[in-house]
Amino acid sequence: MSDITKQSLTELVENIKNKKLSSTDVTKAFIDRSEKSEELNAYITNDFISALDKAKKFDQKPNFNLKLPGIPMAVKDLFCTKNIKTTAGSKILNNFVPTYESTVTENIWNEGAILLGKLNCDEFAMGSSNETSFFGNVQSPIDKNLVPGGSSGGSASAVAGQLTPITIGTDTGGSIRQPASFTGIVGLKPTYGSCSRYGIVAFASSLDQAGPMAQNVKDCALLHEVISSYDPKDSTSIDFKRNHFSKELTNNIKGKKIGIPKEYRVDGMPKEIEDLWQKGIQYIKDCGAETIDISLPNTSYALPTYYIVAPAEASSNLARYDGVKYGFRAKGENLIDMYEKTRSEGFGAEVQRRIMIGTYVLSSGYYDAYYLKAQKVRKLIKNDFDEAYKKVDAILTPSTPSSAFKIGEKTNDPVSMYLNDIFTVPVNLAGLPGISIPAGHDSKGYPLGLQIIGKAFDEQNILNIAYAMEEKISFKNKITDWWIK
Amino acid sequence: MSKKDSEYLINRKDNQYEVVIGLEVHAQVLSESKLFSTSATKFGAEPNTQVSLVDAAFPGMLPVINEFCVKQAIKTGIGLNAKINKRSVFDRKNYFYADLPQGYQISQFKDPIVGEGKVILDMPNGQKEVGIERLHLEQDAGKSIHDLDPQNTFVDLNRSGVALMEIVSKPDLRSPDEVNAYIKKLRSIMRYLGTCDGNMQEGSLRADVNVSVRPKGSKEFGTRCEIKNVNSIKFMQMAIEYEANRQVDLIEEGKTIDQETRLFDTKKNETRSMRSKEDAHDYRYFPDPDLLPLEVSEKFIEELKNDIPELPDDKKKRFIEEFKLSSYEANILVSDIDTAKYFEEVVAKMGKNKDIRLAVNWITGELFAVLNSKGLEISQSPVSAKNFAILINLIKNGTISGKIAKTVFELMIDGDKDPQNIVEEKGLKQQSDPKALEALIDKIINDNREKAIEYKQGKEKLFGFFVGQAMKASGGKANPQLINEILKKKL
Repeated sequence: MSDITKQSLTELVENIKNKKLSSTDVTKAFIDRSEKSEELNAYITNDFISALDKAKKFDQKPNFNLKLPGIPMAVKDLFCTKNIKTTAGSKILNNFVPTYESTVTENIWNEGAILLGKLNCDEFAMGSSNETSFFGNVQSPIDKNLVPGGSSGGSASAVAGQLTPITIGTDTGGSIRQPASFTGIVGLKPTYGSCSRYGIVAFASSLDQAGPMAQNVKDCALLHEVISSYDPKDSTSIDFKRNHFSKELTNNIKGKKIGIPKEYRVDGMPKEIEDLWQKGIQYIKDCGAETIDISLPNTSYALPTYYIVAPAEASSNLARYDGVKYGFRAKGENLIDMYEKTRSEGFGAEVQRRIMIGTYVLSSGYYDAYYLKAQKVRKLIKNDFDEAYKKVDAILTPSTPSSAFKIGEKTNDPVSMYLNDIFTVPVNLAGLPGISIPAGHDSKGYPLGLQIIGKAFDEQNILNIAYAMEEKISFKNKITDWWIK
Repeated sequence: MSKKDSEYLINRKDNQYEVVIGLEVHAQVLSESKLFSTSATKFGAEPNTQVSLVDAAFPGMLPVINEFCVKQAIKTGIGLNAKINKRSVFDRKNYFYADLPQGYQISQFKDPIVGEGKVILDMPNGQKEVGIERLHLEQDAGKSIHDLDPQNTFVDLNRSGVALMEIVSKPDLRSPDEVNAYIKKLRSIMRYLGTCDGNMQEGSLRADVNVSVRPKGSKEFGTRCEIKNVNSIKFMQMAIEYEANRQVDLIEEGKTIDQETRLFDTKKNETRSMRSKEDAHDYRYFPDPDLLPLEVSEKFIEELKNDIPELPDDKKKRFIEEFKLSSYEANILVSDIDTAKYFEEVVAKMGKNKDIRLAVNWITGELFAVLNSKGLEISQSPVSAKNFAILINLIKNGTISGKIAKTVFELMIDGDKDPQNIVEEKGLKQQSDPKALEALIDKIINDNREKAIEYKQGKEKLFGFFVGQAMKASGGKANPQLINEILKKKL
């Protein structure tokens, strides 16, 4: 069977179950393509030899009852994987090999999937272009020298470039949805508390969520079904009844009410994005659903709020990388000197910037003015959504205010980089689920995404809406394999 | 220094100063596992053998609250007559140190689990109430060991993450003696509750001591200094004494006191500046986003209340009423839970015809003396409460005299023997047969005719001589009361 790597997860699972393909066939195909795709720099660490072994073992004793039977996949290098180096894209963890497995990846392996390797990402997931990784830029399969987005840039590039059939990323302010949008794939940020954070290198604890990234909505639903679980090891994990997302998936969204928030029509937003949004509204209507204009009045405060809350938590979460116990250590004259040198040399510029912002906003005398106020605004933002959801079942917005940009284009302008997250951060602040689906192309032929935001724990609903829209949109990603010689 | 009317004042020329003390006691929660992980908490284990990935702050590791520790804190709050907060919040206290793996300590800053309460101290001049400001739960840090290697510092994380209760008093204490009584009372209450073993040698109980001074009669507080991490009552008292005098000297010299953190040097018996207010850490407290606010229901608290044993104050009151003990005696018996347990078991085993006072005298006298000389706790007593009760009953019913009882007691110590068997085996039963005693006394009077005459002529002191002779002749077994009676009659 040719073009194994072009198949969706659903097709691969089907073909393995029907014995048209073996796990070894599939695993080999993705390894081959991954090896030919070094120029994308999507991987930080590969585990190909071991993956083939596991695939062979699976084929000897296959279990077709599993949800991901013998499916190879690479994961973002923010998930701790037992005995496999886990770097979080940072020099400071360049030599770190966990002795434990994150709950989310554990769930995946328990359903029969096989680890291909660890995917590049922005350092500690801080970035929107994958340019802050210690391991270098990731190239977008869409075009040479185009960023894949971030922080799950390696993940997006690997799925769009067919180096892995599916993957998981993490999303603190848009790190799944924005790169999904930039690379023409589907990415879901689940409700906060849906996927365990145990074993995921923390960026901002109250915002971080793992989520699936895939070629289509159905694959995304299936993978979400696997990773979402209640985990007593994570105190913020929530014990609620989880849907069989892939089985319950339906394109029937007739009568659903979809909110269109006027505050997302921001100054300077390209016409292409506005047009895409209007197209999206039309698709919704074509599906038999209704659109309603709504207001989320505190939207404009979301980005500044996010850039207080997230760095504050990060500044504390990253204190453990001090050169004492594990990871990179620089030599110092004494303890303080060692700390300073380790952290100056071990962290990149963006991480240091956010640690400084976070330290500042938590400092005595500034705490009330920044952190406490941000927490209050966060509540207001959540209230906006609660109000809106009295009238609508979901909300439709663009995923990003622009299409992907060139590598290096925004590296010297952090604020313009931060603006990338303007449509995605409110969702994290409110703890809600959001999904980005590819919905069209801009004039340069770069993908554009639309975001559907749901009520808490209502992933099934936004997956259904995405599924129905996907059918109408019939998006085709333009992958030219430009990087393959 | 004067102790007029047991008031602790510092005198300089014409001025008298009062000392104001507040304590932040760090009490290790008695728990098999740590506050946010399942690691063991045994004292004295090999370094770094009780450390989980959470305790060592590995990437992606998350804290999960130990419900038992929460219960222990609430119980302690109930024991301190304090308000239990149904909602409390864990905060991060951020600072860098080699033995603090997370780079922050999880503690409770704004919303502690326990609010205001009080404890009552029994002081020589009466009772004294000390206010409790709050009690909160927090993690202990690891231990840095600087003296094992000339180049390196070693870190032992066994203690990292162990649950502590920080109990903050109001600035109600006024003397080293009150501090002594306060710590002992806290320890007593927690040991009754089983929430802290109170072992200061093992570091289960230590305190930061806040000291300030002010002219006697003044209502305003002086500038305070905090003496960090003092781990014995004696050192606390010495530190307070030194620090109060240092502050008074500064005032007398017309200088000001800087608010600062100080360390007590136990070798030089002095406090030294550690860091000034300006250098104080900015801990950047904020709610730990890995943990949800801790919420407990009324029912949860009520169930714990039902689980609270009789505490020292109530027990003391009962002992005074039920056993007609003095306040002093009752204090001795209740202050340590094991003493109280022992005493109550003795009372129970003595049965109906019991002599409580005799038992109290014997516990505080003979038993305490033996424990002291052997360096044992009462829980390790070589004589069980059961056999002790039998011994007291043997005295009470006249089977043996008090004097013989002491001999019997000494024999009981070796292997917790039944005193009845000892009395049987050694033939130590008291002679209470009047006829036999009369015969014995007749012989003594006969043998000492001259002394008998002298006695009759008025040398009354000689009565004791005859008692002594009679006791000697009976091998100490004669009933002394009967001897007295017979002698009086015969002489």
